[in-house]
Amino acid sequence: MKTYDMAELAVRNLRESILRNSLTTVGISVGVASLVAMLSLGIGLQQLAGRRLQKSGLFDTVVVTSRRDLRGFNREQEENGPAPAESPALNEDARQKIAQLPNVLEAYPDIRFITELHYADKPYLTMMAGLPFSAKNNDAFDGMQGNFFSSDTAPEVILQKSFAGQLLGKTPKAGSEEASVTDLAKPLLGKQLTMRYAERTATPSTSQAEASNSAGTAYSVISREVTLKIVGVCDLDPDSMRGQARARVFLPLKLAQNLHVMQPSDLRDSTNMAGGTPAFTTVEVHVKSPTQVQTVEDAIKKMGFNTFSIVDATRSLRQFFAVLDLFLGIFGSLALAVASIGIINTLVMAILERRREIGIMKAIGASDGDVKGLFFAEAGVMGVFGGIVGVALGWTIGRVINLGTNVYLKRQHFPPEQIWFVPWWLVLGAIGFAIVVSLLSGLYPASRAARLDPVQALRYE
Amino acid sequence: MPGESNLNGSMAIRTESLCRYYAMGEALIRAVDGISVQIASGEFVALLGTSGSGKSSLLNLIAGLDRPTSGTVVVQKSDLAKFSREELAKYRLHTVGMVFQSFNLIPSMTLLENVELPLRFAEVERGKREGLAKQALERVGLSARLRHRPTELSGGEQQRASLARALINQPQFLLADEPTGNLDSQTGTEIMNFIREFNETLGMTIIMVTHERALAERYASRMIFLADGKLIGDQSNAVAATGGPSRGGGL
Repeated sequence: MKTYDMAELAVRNLRESILRNSLTTVGISVGVASLVAMLSLGIGLQQLAGRRLQKSGLFDTVVVTSRRDLRGFNREQEENGPAPAESPALNEDARQKIAQLPNVLEAYPDIRFITELHYADKPYLTMMAGLPFSAKNNDAFDGMQGNFFSSDTAPEVILQKSFAGQLLGKTPKAGSEEASVTDLAKPLLGKQLTMRYAERTATPSTSQAEASNSAGTAYSVISREVTLKIVGVCDLDPDSMRGQARARVFLPLKLAQNLHVMQPSDLRDSTNMAGGTPAFTTVEVHVKSPTQVQTVEDAIKKMGFNTFSIVDATRSLRQFFAVLDLFLGIFGSLALAVASIGIINTLVMAILERRREIGIMKAIGASDGDVKGLFFAEAGVMGVFGGIVGVALGWTIGRVINLGTNVYLKRQHFPPEQIWFVPWWLVLGAIGFAIVVSLLSGLYPASRAARLDPVQALRYE
Repeated sequence: MPGESNLNGSMAIRTESLCRYYAMGEALIRAVDGISVQIASGEFVALLGTSGSGKSSLLNLIAGLDRPTSGTVVVQKSDLAKFSREELAKYRLHTVGMVFQSFNLIPSMTLLENVELPLRFAEVERGKREGLAKQALERVGLSARLRHRPTELSGGEQQRASLARALINQPQFLLADEPTGNLDSQTGTEIMNFIREFNETLGMTIIMVTHERALAERYASRMIFLADGKLIGDQSNAVAATGGPSRGGGL
């Protein structure tokens, strides 16, 4: 019998006992739905964690230091590479070269300095850091009040929460609840700060002897002042692993560079009598994806710098979620396994009921294959319908869970999150899986029907 | 007397020491016990005997629905015992058509679908199937009943539909198992006239199981008598061979 005819007959046979077959199909749907709901939540959570990690900037960042400076983060590098004195300086040229490496999104110097800020005529000594414009998307600024810098050179600052508290004279007492960012931001946003700092300016060399010894190393330090506007207060944790976070006031990176603030390393450079142009202590390199960190790191090492990165945690994250998905999938499949027993039961019952019909079909020329195919097709059709309905049902369940979670998050004053995601492969895979499970369930009943002895089947009333 | 009736000369069906035993618990039922018979193409053979004489079992063996315990059934020079299950199905589909006492139409299908079913198994093109099925139903006078389900019809109509189904793949043999057993005498005659017509105009070889000697004498050209699975008599019937109106049974 042709496949089309078989499917047609199967559908009409299923329609004959519509209630029973619908119930069986509902069973498959519930199984598929639980599978889809479980897996879509697993995938959604994985994506959420992935997005969070990506935003944290922890795993796609390589920190570059010069070998001339501090010792590397591990000793091996030092022993293997060129001697510190011969290694290249980590200056603007080097930064540009690094920025042009493949898979590198950006490379920016880490500029930080301790300086004095005046607010309401009171001085505050604090650590300031330059922040690249790309940091706008960093999750550390999720709970920020106010705005990010209007441009990369705007005379603006973003305060860290605890520093804002300090400015307002609100130092949190032990045990008491911390003031919220919103409360701290209100009186401060738009206010002005005065920053006093030491500017490093290159001065032409005064004597011949000096010039031959160290060309262009001479510079003077001038005390300057600049007025900055407070545009934001953020909730960053000052003890976080992140470099910038250890500072308590942030200003645009370009602005910080242009101010030529005296860096702690400048002093050492001058005592070492090394390098003509100002060098950076560290350069942070953003890589396109955590998986490419290793290759970028290797390339930078070849240039003669020390590098440091946090081991790609997304790999272990993926591994964790693979296991989680597996377990969710197994639980989801349990319902499908129960449903498959339903299919077997329905079809075995159908064989008993349609014993005579099978006998008739055989008597008028149906082959074993025809009978087998017919029952198989019935199982398959139930699988197709069950799969489609199940995916729709699972999709709805996932949506409802997501909605519920977001209502809860909103009550807890958290931003909404997408914790549920149904990719196309899951839709097609779930329908396919339902069909495969149904066909496997149909295997036994179908071959049992095919083996039926026509003489006995015809005698059956 | 056996084997005398070679009407067309060509041997269509031949059985040799054909046996079919069933195990019924401890007991062995010898349903068919060493039957050797030859049936020529174009014959109208009646298998006669009391119930349990083995006539239906013999018919099932010839129909390829059952396999012999021993012996052979040779149909058009090929031994059914050597056929695979697949080949037997093909044989049932194309070479024989069957009619049963209880009609055996599939209740969930309309008459048209019932008659069309063997065409599906034979993988006849979709477009041709309906026309062929309609033609076959027309032949047995059921044009007005195409969309009816079997339960909506009288016994005679159901049996006519099953005749149409038996004919649809143009088989050489029509095997009928008590075709009038569930019908009153008038409808029975109607059915028998159709069967005779198929024998005479289409040249089909008919093998009909019956326990009514009168019916056999009226229509069959040859009568084979069975008892306890053994052949006890084989005679040609000159009366029916003429195809003229019946003069009644000899009993």
